[in-house]
Amino acid sequence: MALPTYASPLERVWHYTYLVICGLIFFFLIAPIIVIIPLSFNAEPYFTFTEKMRSFDPDGYSLRWYNSLLTFGMTSADGPRDGRWWADVWANAKWVQAAKNSIIIGFFSTLLATVLGTLAALGLSRPEMPFRRPIMAILISPMIVPLIITATGMFFFYSNPCEILGLFGLPSNCGRLAGTYLGVILAHATLGIPFVIITVTATLVGFDQSLNRAAASLGANPRTTFFRITMPLILPGVISGALFAFVTSFDEVVAVLFIAGPDQQTIPRQMWNGIREQISPAILAVATLLVLFSIALLTTVELLRRRSERIRGLTPQ
Amino acid sequence: MVNSSDPQAATTVVTPPEGRLTTADGKPLAWALARSQARAKRRAFLLVLPLLGFILITFVVPIGQMLQRSFYNAGFPANMPEISQWFAENPRGTDPDDAAWTALANDLLASAEARTIGVVGTRINYDVPGTRSLFTSTGRKVRRGIEPPYREALLEMDEDWGDPRVWSAMREASKPVTANFYLAAVDRTRADDGSIEQVEPRQRIYVMLFMRTFWLSLLITGLTFLLGFPVAHLLATLPMRKSNLLMILVLLPFWTSLLVRTTSWMVLLQQQGVVNDILVWLGVIGGSQRLQMIYNQTGTIIAMTHILLPFMILPLYSVMRTINPSYVRAARSLGATSWTAFRRIYFPQTLPGLGAGALLVFILAVGYYITPALVGGSSGQLISNMIAMHMTDTLNWSMAAALAALLLGSVLILYWLYDRLVGVDNLKLG
Repeated sequence: MALPTYASPLERVWHYTYLVICGLIFFFLIAPIIVIIPLSFNAEPYFTFTEKMRSFDPDGYSLRWYNSLLTFGMTSADGPRDGRWWADVWANAKWVQAAKNSIIIGFFSTLLATVLGTLAALGLSRPEMPFRRPIMAILISPMIVPLIITATGMFFFYSNPCEILGLFGLPSNCGRLAGTYLGVILAHATLGIPFVIITVTATLVGFDQSLNRAAASLGANPRTTFFRITMPLILPGVISGALFAFVTSFDEVVAVLFIAGPDQQTIPRQMWNGIREQISPAILAVATLLVLFSIALLTTVELLRRRSERIRGLTPQ
Repeated sequence: MVNSSDPQAATTVVTPPEGRLTTADGKPLAWALARSQARAKRRAFLLVLPLLGFILITFVVPIGQMLQRSFYNAGFPANMPEISQWFAENPRGTDPDDAAWTALANDLLASAEARTIGVVGTRINYDVPGTRSLFTSTGRKVRRGIEPPYREALLEMDEDWGDPRVWSAMREASKPVTANFYLAAVDRTRADDGSIEQVEPRQRIYVMLFMRTFWLSLLITGLTFLLGFPVAHLLATLPMRKSNLLMILVLLPFWTSLLVRTTSWMVLLQQQGVVNDILVWLGVIGGSQRLQMIYNQTGTIIAMTHILLPFMILPLYSVMRTINPSYVRAARSLGATSWTAFRRIYFPQTLPGLGAGALLVFILAVGYYITPALVGGSSGQLISNMIAMHMTDTLNWSMAAALAALLLGSVLILYWLYDRLVGVDNLKLG
């Protein structure tokens, strides 16, 4: 934003003040995320920059909190770091278990949300779709309804999913979904779906329907048209949606608190425990890893967005 | 319009001699079109159907079932049938007669033997705190044996059985469908004569919590507007290359885990934390007067403003991008000062983005749970935290459901407003 040539001195002063204000707001946005990265290398169990850290003394820094992520929960953490030690980490370390669970649950819930969400977005983007607005409002609502309400509802539902069948005189007991992987996956898929719908319908807004017609007129059946024409064009949007859904699951703690059992502790759940009980810099080490993870995801999504705009010919300016 | 992906749709039009339009196979054109459109509609709907079914089963039905608990609680009448029957037959104000005491003793015995006395006691305990043990201990004594006259026998076991509040609470609980949990959620209760009155002043917490939740959400929405507007404006007016670079600073927090952001605020704001250290180092405050910025409302406000700020910036930015800069220039050339040009020309054009951002931030803030739970202390708790407490600590699920229903109602009204003003299909993420 350049100052016009006719700006008065007062306007110049204001312009630079404005830039400083914006700089401060950007600082407010980013500083809390950046500051935890150096703090996670603290050699002391404090949450502040120690004297040694400020003077850049190597003794002030250490990897002990990262190390503790591996050893926490191990049966014998002190042994030599051989194959058996790593097997112990893989089998017992709490954070490693949590990471495994997060990835398993995230992967399957993303798969479910993306497949169902993309299909629905294709239908919603058709001009003939009946009741488009109310249906869209229902499908987006998991993002709007307070998480605690969703989680509370799921808590009752998943402890006996067939209770409602009793109203129709059918058997009203068919096992539990609470405390199972399937339960958490279904819950997270529900929470991720709005993001898939939003990103994929946004991609389909710029989609040229005549391409489908051209394919059809050249003799392609609907299936071929979808996989050869539609899919490659909307793929960037679908992948962004999938990443959003994955992040939603990867970051979700309330539903996990209410419906997961001890076997389904995820990273956020483990963090929640850590923060509530005794907060140690090990949390900051996890947080740092998660920040790096989100930087990677953000980069991917940005690249996809640009690619999508390019191939759809929407490159702005 | 004929479905584009359906090459079989009969669209070849021939004009027969009599002048009515028909398709190649002789069907009337209007009929063929209507049929083809109906098919297209059905196809579009079939694509959406699996997801709609999924959401209805895993989301809408569970919430509906949960809300049912807010007005339906059969714990008492199912386990205490005789006394419930007596309450149904005798109007309010009837003193318990011999039949009532007999019914009560029979029910207590049956319930104690079926080991459901705890459920019954819990239900009454919601209304008259401290009565759960009255039921369980009497249940134990009744199982050892009880002889008529039951009134005297029960009063001997525990004189609280003579308390009119217990009888009033049992009368209320004897009906499975009740509005009492909603009354309690707005700090009201039924007096002994059945009229509605406010609870004791020190028990009036829910209305205060709702007010606090709405007030803090409003404050946070205002703060995100104050912080988000200049940034969105800068991003929208900078050249694309620079603004894309700065946009990363907005999107990175957006993509970062909520727990990570909450944790970093805990680390920054605590008394031995970075912000206090810097303030002491700068000499703004003395070493002994470190500020308490976390585990109170201040902590909730700061952390939630930070977390929700991108939800304000992104819609504002996408609207500001479309504003033509020549309008402001025209205003300036017609003699408006820069302030007037901003106020009369630029700002009104940003209102759609502002409305979208403000509604979204407010809706999300009203239902926030994690951040207040971690950084809010006791003064920064919101209504969601109270729902969680009733779910996990007091186990008063009906109360949790009633509070959830009120919260959900207000969120849905705002959501409806959002859909009317902005349209859910205009929701954008990054």
